[in-house]
Amino acid sequence: MQALSDRFSFLFRSTKGLVLTAIAAISLATAFFGMLSGPMEEFGIKAWMIKNLGLSLLPQEREGRIIILYHTIAMAVVAIETYLITAQVAIKKSQQAMINATITVGYLTSFIFGLIFAYFGHNYVFHGLFIAGQALIFFAGVLLTAALWPWGKAYRTHDPEKAHTRGGVDLERVAFFLMAAATLGSALFGAVPGSMFGNGFETFLAEDTIRQPEKTALDLAIIGHLHIMLTLIAVALTLIVGRWLDFKGKLHKWAMPLMIVGTLIITAGVWSVVPYEATAHIIINVGSFPVLIASALLVAFGWRKITRERLAELKITRPNFAQKLRALLHDPLRFGALWQMVYMNFVVTFVGIFMAIKLDEIIRMWPAREERVALTGHWHVLAGIIATIILLYYADLAGLKGRARQVFGWVVIFFSDLAFGAVAVFETKRLFVDEISQQPLVNTVILLADIGLASVLTALAALMVWRLIDLFKGRGRWKQELAETGLAASEEVNQ
Amino acid sequence: MKLLRMLSLLLVILSLAACSAPELPQSTQPIDTGVDPDAWVTIPAGEFLYGQHEAETDVPYDYEIMVTHVTNAQYAAYLNQALADGTLKISGEQVVGYYPGDAFSGKKHEVEISAGDWPHYPVNAKGTRIQYSGGQFQPLPGYENHPAVMVSWFGALAYCQAQGGSLPTEIEWEKAARGTADNRAYPWGNFLERNQANYYSSSDIFEKVLGKGGDTTPVGFYNGQTFAGYATLDGASPYGLYDMAGNAWQWTAGITPGTHDRYLRGGSKLDYGYNLRLWTRNSVRPDYEGPSIGFRCARSGQGSTTE
Repeated sequence: MQALSDRFSFLFRSTKGLVLTAIAAISLATAFFGMLSGPMEEFGIKAWMIKNLGLSLLPQEREGRIIILYHTIAMAVVAIETYLITAQVAIKKSQQAMINATITVGYLTSFIFGLIFAYFGHNYVFHGLFIAGQALIFFAGVLLTAALWPWGKAYRTHDPEKAHTRGGVDLERVAFFLMAAATLGSALFGAVPGSMFGNGFETFLAEDTIRQPEKTALDLAIIGHLHIMLTLIAVALTLIVGRWLDFKGKLHKWAMPLMIVGTLIITAGVWSVVPYEATAHIIINVGSFPVLIASALLVAFGWRKITRERLAELKITRPNFAQKLRALLHDPLRFGALWQMVYMNFVVTFVGIFMAIKLDEIIRMWPAREERVALTGHWHVLAGIIATIILLYYADLAGLKGRARQVFGWVVIFFSDLAFGAVAVFETKRLFVDEISQQPLVNTVILLADIGLASVLTALAALMVWRLIDLFKGRGRWKQELAETGLAASEEVNQ
Repeated sequence: MKLLRMLSLLLVILSLAACSAPELPQSTQPIDTGVDPDAWVTIPAGEFLYGQHEAETDVPYDYEIMVTHVTNAQYAAYLNQALADGTLKISGEQVVGYYPGDAFSGKKHEVEISAGDWPHYPVNAKGTRIQYSGGQFQPLPGYENHPAVMVSWFGALAYCQAQGGSLPTEIEWEKAARGTADNRAYPWGNFLERNQANYYSSSDIFEKVLGKGGDTTPVGFYNGQTFAGYATLDGASPYGLYDMAGNAWQWTAGITPGTHDRYLRGGSKLDYGYNLRLWTRNSVRPDYEGPSIGFRCARSGQGSTTE
């Protein structure tokens, strides 16, 4: 009994265990529901699952199913970020325990009952539990935001290496706080129209409304909601990676004000989408710029730090370029988390900017379904990149070392980038090839994307199996991780 | 290192494969489906459930609609007739014809469709199954009863007007496809089998030639019979219309407010199955000529050029 209790404590009370549980939940959902589309559907797996597993997949309900699936996975990602924040940022132990417990119950309730409701027949008790779970997650967000309040005297800092005001207000904490507060408001931005579903407001996917010039206020709120939530998840992750790498110094002092200002402007821009749709886009673009600059500063800091640390380990005092490059690349987990932020610009940001600039001239000359493919690919890649950064960080937290660290890190970087690059080509294929000649290109990029995703999922599965086996050991890593109070990267956690 | 080299080599090979353009067939296996492309059916007045969210919608008049897409043979005959009587002319590499224009209000993203000559059909362009030679349009061998694709909205409308009709409105199109009994997602019900419609990777016999994106299938191909060893399921709508899901998107009279894009329905050989759901909309500029876009006509309906 004690053995079970210890393992339960690890999985549901320790930071690393909670992150592991959430990643495992997402992995299972991805593996299971990934069988319903793409190549698995073409292989007939979907038809087999419907026949043998009792799935209820009415075509009329496809959009609703997808919305619930996105939400359940997003909630688990938000939970992971919350666990990492409560471990990295100085808050009271009691607050950490309360926040983590609330969000865990919330996301698991949403996850389990939402997916059963969506895919195994409609039981409205389950739908109610799905909503109740999300309400708990929101409440955990309120607790987190309150815990992150940056103007309390206990959290003032005069560390010369960290961005702070003259009065000692920690600007990194302000950035975390504003991100959390903006997330709460943005969640409401979706919840209000969401509460109207079934009361005259109809389920839709945003990508299906792209050529609809006149959208209702509720439509705009939903579209704004999904954009800002993904953006804020990315902002949170950038801050988290900053804590992981102990971001500090001059670049930190520049980056934090930029991150604060950018987060505020983007959020204000998205929230103003309903009344001022046309100007909102300009505001959002303006706000994106400082956030991207702040991320670039983090990358610059992180890569320099990784390189210097490795060179110091090797006792190389006057390195040449090749030695510096080898030092930078020696740890794929830390290098990769930052590289993925850079790569995102090639496959997401630049593609998006190009589409916006050439909208009328090129994109709107295509059938709407082609533009839809581009948009869907665009945000899937962004979500995928966020997932790989979390995976790389978790692999570091889990203590992956030596050859396993190298193999896992490089497989995730190389193959995910292969997949994301292939998807970026697929979504913009009409720029290179006309419809009648597209099949060889489509076959190739889909194959590359499938190889890439399958390889990353295999690496993830290996990581999960390793941790599962570890759970069966009496003195496994889990025991050691359970004993830890915080995350190694941060020395000032949890006062 | 060896693994890296092998991966790099694989990438180069795949990239080269991606760049190779496929040979487009100049003929195809002729298949007589037994379905008459000249047939029309009458859709009686009455209510039906419109769209994904089942809006009860009344169509207070009877109208006729074609049982199949307009075929290459029909469209080639029309082009020859229209060129002969001067309704259409060839300008550069396009068959063009007059269109009186849409009202224009200068909104953001709005495209001006002014009065004048607009493209109807490209002459001998890649993807056309009707060849222009010796002053005559002629379908490629075997493609006579395949849907006429690469026809612009202007070309489709002009054809239908020449038959004394117009393009169907979206409501007319959907009622003809869905019937009045229920809210089915496909013309035959709620489940899509691979051999019931022509869509992406549906494994029909024509996909063997051009891959998963495939080729158009003869109109009425999915009628429950077996052709060249390939057994089809009956994909007819409750009113007996064929190919209301898949094969080639169909132009409708519907115009996107504010942009002048025209709405398309039905999905195509190049789309995943979920795009074949009856309420799924596509839209594009009316001068677009695509190898997955065809049309059928309606008569006595309300389809108009100024909707």
